Amino acid sequence: MRGTSPTRRAPLLAIYATLVFAFIYLPIVVLILYSFNRDGVGGFPPRQLTLDWYRQLFADGPLWDSVLNSLLVACGAVALSLALGLLAALALDRASFPGKALFRRLVLLPLILPGIITGLSLLMFVVFAGMQLSLLTVFLGHGTALISVATTEIFAGLQKLDRAQEEASLDLGATPWRTFWRITLPNLRLSLIAAGLLIFTLSMDEIAVTFFLLGRDNTLPLEIWARLRRGITPEINAISTLIFAVSVALIIVWYRIRMRSVGSGAQQLLERP
Amino acid sequence: MSGAANPQAASLDAKGPLLEVRAAAKRFGTRDVLKNISLNIASGEFLTLLGESGSGKTTLLRLIAGFEQPTGGEIWMAGERLDTLPPYRRRVNTVFQNYALFPHLNVRDNVAYGLRAQGALKSDIPGRVDEALRMVKMAEFAGARPATLSGGQQQRVALARALINRPKLLLLDEPLSALDANLRKQMQGELKALQREVGITFLFVTHDQEEAMALSDRIALLRDGTLEQVASPREIYARPATAYTAQFIGQTNLLRGEIRGGIATCGALRWPVEDADGPAVFSLRPEAIRLCTDGTRQISEVKFRASVRQQIYAGASELLEMDCGEGQLLRVRLPACGPMNGEREFVFAIADAIRVEN
Amino acid sequence: MYSRTYKTIVAAPPLLWVGLFLLLPYTLMFAHSFWAVQDGTLVHHWNLANYQKLFTNPLYAGVLFRTMRIAASVTLCSLLLGYPLAYYLSFHSGTRKELLYQLVIVPLWVSYLVRGYAWKTILGSDGVLNGFLQYFHFTHAPVGFLLYSPFAVVLMLTHIYTPFVFLPIYASIEHIPRSLVEASQDLGAGPAPTFFRVILPLSMPGLLAGATFAFVLSLGDFLAPLLVGGSSGTMIANIVQTLFGASYDWPLGAAISVCILVITLSLLFLTERLEKRWSFK
Repeated sequence: MRGTSPTRRAPLLAIYATLVFAFIYLPIVVLILYSFNRDGVGGFPPRQLTLDWYRQLFADGPLWDSVLNSLLVACGAVALSLALGLLAALALDRASFPGKALFRRLVLLPLILPGIITGLSLLMFVVFAGMQLSLLTVFLGHGTALISVATTEIFAGLQKLDRAQEEASLDLGATPWRTFWRITLPNLRLSLIAAGLLIFTLSMDEIAVTFFLLGRDNTLPLEIWARLRRGITPEINAISTLIFAVSVALIIVWYRIRMRSVGSGAQQLLERP
Repeated sequence: MSGAANPQAASLDAKGPLLEVRAAAKRFGTRDVLKNISLNIASGEFLTLLGESGSGKTTLLRLIAGFEQPTGGEIWMAGERLDTLPPYRRRVNTVFQNYALFPHLNVRDNVAYGLRAQGALKSDIPGRVDEALRMVKMAEFAGARPATLSGGQQQRVALARALINRPKLLLLDEPLSALDANLRKQMQGELKALQREVGITFLFVTHDQEEAMALSDRIALLRDGTLEQVASPREIYARPATAYTAQFIGQTNLLRGEIRGGIATCGALRWPVEDADGPAVFSLRPEAIRLCTDGTRQISEVKFRASVRQQIYAGASELLEMDCGEGQLLRVRLPACGPMNGEREFVFAIADAIRVEN
Repeated sequence: MYSRTYKTIVAAPPLLWVGLFLLLPYTLMFAHSFWAVQDGTLVHHWNLANYQKLFTNPLYAGVLFRTMRIAASVTLCSLLLGYPLAYYLSFHSGTRKELLYQLVIVPLWVSYLVRGYAWKTILGSDGVLNGFLQYFHFTHAPVGFLLYSPFAVVLMLTHIYTPFVFLPIYASIEHIPRSLVEASQDLGAGPAPTFFRVILPLSMPGLLAGATFAFVLSLGDFLAPLLVGGSSGTMIANIVQTLFGASYDWPLGAAISVCILVITLSLLFLTERLEKRWSFK
């Protein structure tokens, strides 16, 4: 039976693509594997499988404290970034004001700038304002840096919003305020959720900006970092594996949500009469 | 699917047909989009693939262009196997439905693309490009980008881009469907003239039967993946092979009834026929029926009475819907005759009642 | 359709916030770069000494250039890995396209630290790779340069940024109407000429975006060198980090940061101009 699909065979390219995938996943696979290795990290092949490192992990108090700290900061960052990002997206979409171009670039800048720049400049600001370094400053840093994520995601969602719906609402007698709550916001629901998930994950993993704004309490990545400086233990493999598992779960959820709002483009491969 | 037209009818070109489609079939997943298509296209002819959406006409075009592979059968061109060649090695060019002009190249580079790809002589290219653009009347747009052109202009460029390569066969995938009505009519005339001028074989795909009738030397009507009829426009209109063809091309009345003892009876109408007994369907074009003013009829005619149900004025003609009794409705096209009502007598020639397959 | 009040309510808070927490801090950093440190304290003594130091001191200049070389290598490698992958997914993956796309995205969400740490365990002298090589007798002693070298930094950062580079390139390629590819082949161009004349030019916006992203973020990275760079793999951001830490010299650190900022902004500006020229193609 001769080939029928619009996608042709390209064996060399397929091999290359597989190699790239292997490169991307190799470290993660090794990490997970060795979290179960009795002899710890290093050496080959992994000898005895054990759950000891996980047991040790769960008994590790300070680590879970840092997890709690990270969660606090992350939830705060989500709230702050979403609120400001929503307003920023609306402003960019609907208002014109002097300095709008500058504003747009400024909002998106932390996304592309290396974290150290944003972190250091915020540090200078904190010192200038006479504040103490603490989880609060970390929260401010995350919230500010991640506004750009919310803005881009929500702005994209606004483009897909049917303007006529809002016009219809006003036409039927609803005030702009009511229209915003009853029409605009519900339509942005998916964008908000997707953005929220993304911000949460980025905040949980944030290191560069956090590095310079940290007080006494560590966030999870910084706690892991501190231990790394002291030496490698497979306990870190274990927590990393857990982080990986949670990340995968979150990304699957995020992807499903995104696809529902955007629509899948892969269906174009179907037949044409 | 027998009937007056033999779908395998090749043109009477002494050199043999340019393109032969032999029992081609195409299946997508579990769906048979094309089933056993056999068709010959003569060199220099303008053949139209006509059909509804889903009939398989675009798929057949894509098989010939090389963007799909047949799941059965073969395609031959000028005595050599075609369907095993990739698209870039076929002497076939396509004008796409959405024109598919390269947005990052200007008109000149778009048109020259095929020549450059085939390694034509660098010094030849500018001259040939100018000639091609002149032919489609786009010479002054040579430096423009496609995004700045209107639909009609893009279409001409697409045409030039394809024709410059002097293909043996030019495929056109509903090229006029995106244009508005007036522009469409104008482009139809230009296309026909162009084809005659360059003498290249055109395979044209459309769902618009008027367009097909206006442009083609022959029409291949596709239905659900099979060829319903292949014939010239006049032939296909005057002698449709099936009820589907009769209804798809132009308008018609389908008279269903029975033949008994040499008499065909369809509702209130009866006339003598030479066919054997059994159920029968006849196609009767609305313009074949005329008003009977003097009450007489010829031996070769059928006379009947009917009352006017509806009258639609169309400038030069009128379309009347007639009630012949017992719920039988006929459509009659008459030259402009002023408002009519009540019962009248009508007449049509027996020869105009074409027997069709159901 | 939107009243003045609406627009003000909507624009004011983010404007204020961004002005206070972004514009002001960046300005502060800019200002700091012109100040100096005397006897361990910050002095608002305006001068250009920091910039002089940055460009004349061979240590700083050397590290800066090494950093740019590393960033360029990372960008190049990420492109070499990410582009073919995007091309394959777009044109040759058939029904598995969605699944493969998700597979590429997943590592993006896995912690940076986790992935960096993984490389550390793989590349070390008693790491997984060395163990693997010795176990199969490819080598008899640990290979030294794998870890704590610029090589390791490039490797790790390439690993991090390949998915980042993949994303905009994939979006760009997906955006190309398939009818253009068919038209190119119809006109006689085989797969290779079609790629170079149609697909590559039209995917340029995505390629530029991805490359810029990889280059800029690699330029300012300080974590990778700390994890796997050792002393030979130090990058400019590490110097900044120490200047804000142990070797207390905020003005100098600010000056270097401003330098990184200027390079970043110039690159962004350049890419934007190029993209404008090439995206209405």
